[in-house]
Amino acid sequence: MNALGLIYGVLFWLATLTIVAGIIYKVRIYWKTPAPLKIPTMPAPRTKGGVVLRMFREVAFFHSLFRSDKLLWIFAIMFHYALALVLLRHTRYFTETINSIVLFLQPFGKYAGFIMVLGLALLLARRFIIDRVRYISAPSDFLMLLLLILIGISGLMMKFVSHTDIVTVKSFFISLRTFNIENWTLPADPVLLVHLTSVALLLLVFPISKLMHAPGVFFSPTRNQVDDAREKRHVADWAAELDKQGVDYLSELKK
Amino acid sequence: MADYEVPKITGEDGITDVPPVTEDTMKGSGPWISAPKFQEEMHFPSDIEKDEEGNWSLIPNWKEAALEKMDDLRHRYRSLQLFLDICVKCGACTDKCHYFLGTADPKNMPVARQDLLRKVYRRYFTFSGKYFPKLVGATDLTEEVIDDWYNYYHQCSQCRRCSVFCPYGIDTAEISMAAREILNHVGRGQKYCTEIMGKVYKIGNNLGLPEPALADTLEGLEEDIEYDTGVQVKLPLDKKGAEILLITPSADFFAEPHVDGLMGYAKVFHELGLDWTLSSYASEGANFGMFIGSYENMRRISQRIRKAALDLGVKRIVFGECGHAWRVAYSFLNTLAGPFDFLDPKYPVPQHVLEITWPAIQAGKLNIDKSRNDDMTLTFHDSCNIARGSGMGGVEGGQFDIPRNVIKAVCNNYVDMPADTIKDATFCCGGGGGILTDDLMEVRVKGAQPRMEALKHVTDQKGVTHMAAICAICKSQFTKVIPYYGFTMDQIVSVHQLVSNALILTGQVDEDEED
Ligand code: SF4
Ligand code: SF4
Repeated sequence: MNALGLIYGVLFWLATLTIVAGIIYKVRIYWKTPAPLKIPTMPAPRTKGGVVLRMFREVAFFHSLFRSDKLLWIFAIMFHYALALVLLRHTRYFTETINSIVLFLQPFGKYAGFIMVLGLALLLARRFIIDRVRYISAPSDFLMLLLLILIGISGLMMKFVSHTDIVTVKSFFISLRTFNIENWTLPADPVLLVHLTSVALLLLVFPISKLMHAPGVFFSPTRNQVDDAREKRHVADWAAELDKQGVDYLSELKK
Repeated sequence: MADYEVPKITGEDGITDVPPVTEDTMKGSGPWISAPKFQEEMHFPSDIEKDEEGNWSLIPNWKEAALEKMDDLRHRYRSLQLFLDICVKCGACTDKCHYFLGTADPKNMPVARQDLLRKVYRRYFTFSGKYFPKLVGATDLTEEVIDDWYNYYHQCSQCRRCSVFCPYGIDTAEISMAAREILNHVGRGQKYCTEIMGKVYKIGNNLGLPEPALADTLEGLEEDIEYDTGVQVKLPLDKKGAEILLITPSADFFAEPHVDGLMGYAKVFHELGLDWTLSSYASEGANFGMFIGSYENMRRISQRIRKAALDLGVKRIVFGECGHAWRVAYSFLNTLAGPFDFLDPKYPVPQHVLEITWPAIQAGKLNIDKSRNDDMTLTFHDSCNIARGSGMGGVEGGQFDIPRNVIKAVCNNYVDMPADTIKDATFCCGGGGGILTDDLMEVRVKGAQPRMEALKHVTDQKGVTHMAAICAICKSQFTKVIPYYGFTMDQIVSVHQLVSNALILTGQVDEDEED
């Protein structure tokens, strides 16, 4: 154990708990809040299976985005697919034995970092160049991209420029998981520390930021509802109370 | 003709160019504000006052009331809560709104329109907005913000085009309805919508047409049809025990070309031997409760249809040509006024009149002479609420195919407008969502630009002479607005007007054959 290891150990535990608890909290709200009316964007699937397919097309291929903006679609696919590869590859730092899929992806994952950073840079450029996108961007929208770029570049530097002591880092993360505090040791490598700090920051802000789009999209009523309003009556609890008590306005309801 | 510049259309490729962002072009005070007595009828707070200059105040505790309503709504509507949270500001929607394309005002970009509400939501209800407002673009709720809401949420026709193109399906219509519901509760009800709903509650329809006047109008239409065809076609009113209750927008009773559509439905029903009736109590298909985001008022209006169906003892409910009426009917009626277990389970509740006409045409039950529409080359305007808010025929996309099939079955000449402007990518007429009022004329004219551009294209290149629609608002909006773009109002037709032209009734003697 060293001081750095202790600080980052606590930080990562905090960040992990925050993102998990935060997402659960938010998703619970989305889950519980009723959608009182059927509002799928039509034409919508007429079966549950159809909805699963629609959602899959959205999540895997960004289908709606493809229809609306081809250039943005390419940038977004570059970033998200590369990120997925990079994340998969990173699981090797958390497990003793490396999964064969990860081994297979290793060569792609190694270079995916470049695509990811390039995609992010293009997304950032868009925010500056296109007047409409510039207009709708808040400082946090730029910062979010910068943070991701920082994560990507510091990661790439460790891979291709100045190697960090990856064996120690791996043992740090494994001992984080197993709570083996004696092994909470990190090398004093500035690039590594930048990388880890920015990742922890990302985890911390995830549940209170627009990053919630990732779990959120599954709850979007315009995308996840079946087109069956005429066949099945759909009533929210708060609205059913109006029927039950035979009144027109919520303010007239007796508790 | 107007004190603002009407957008230029070229007709080159039928697609409106995306304008450079030009701030505040549509800044203004919004539509006329609803007076206290109409607010009361809607069960909204009404303690507002007019000053010497004629400006209405907000209610005394407007700020708390607004925030309270916002909090209430986000707990009752997942759409609102989720959409306020998850927009990533990607900008994919920014060039999709006809009001932005027509006005270049950035606050008419869907995401920016949402942001008007989102920035306040963030300030009062999120961690980042409470502690780092500048960073996330959160702002305090001030009277200027309320003014902006009132102005720009009445430059959204709730057409849902943006929701088609958003990667998360974020529907600005939902935000806009919520915003108007908040405004309803701080003394910023919209005069046009609330007055109209008041008339529905009092008399039964948006026009305030009482039963005797309605009966009179229908009699006049019966005479017109008999004069034209020699056949006695009935338009029954309040007929107990009829099989079908027809609910249609009240514009069908008098406006052109709506009324030709109504005569078309009557002729189809007559020819099929269907026993039908209108109701004076529920003589309105339109339901403006949706526009103002008031579930309660939308439900209260819908309940009239249920009551009329029960009182008249009908077996089926059929809706005439109206866009948002059909959205409320198809997507919401079962929720708002169901269950309809007292109706004939063989038929969907409700049905669209096209769901009767199209199968009848397919089955060869109607004697059609297409050549009677040969003086026209048609195109079809998909009404936004039908295209993106409802279905038809029980198959995905039926709302696009059925009207086209019917038009093609009764007309020889038909062409579609460019693909990016039809079906689920259709452009709103510019007058939907409670915008169809004279005090919003500039918004209406400019918002029509993308549709006009597409129409001009097919007019110039494909020889289109007429555009058919199945929505009362589209028809009213177009007849009023297309003269600004160099067309004439008679170029807008009802789909059932085309059916009516081509339909030869059993025993029909054409007026010109007589003499
Ligand atoms: S397309 Fe959707 S996510 Fe993107 S800016 Fe518009 S509303 Fe936000
Ligand atoms: S719903 Fe229609 S009018 Fe409203 S912002 Fe979206 S595209 Fe524009």
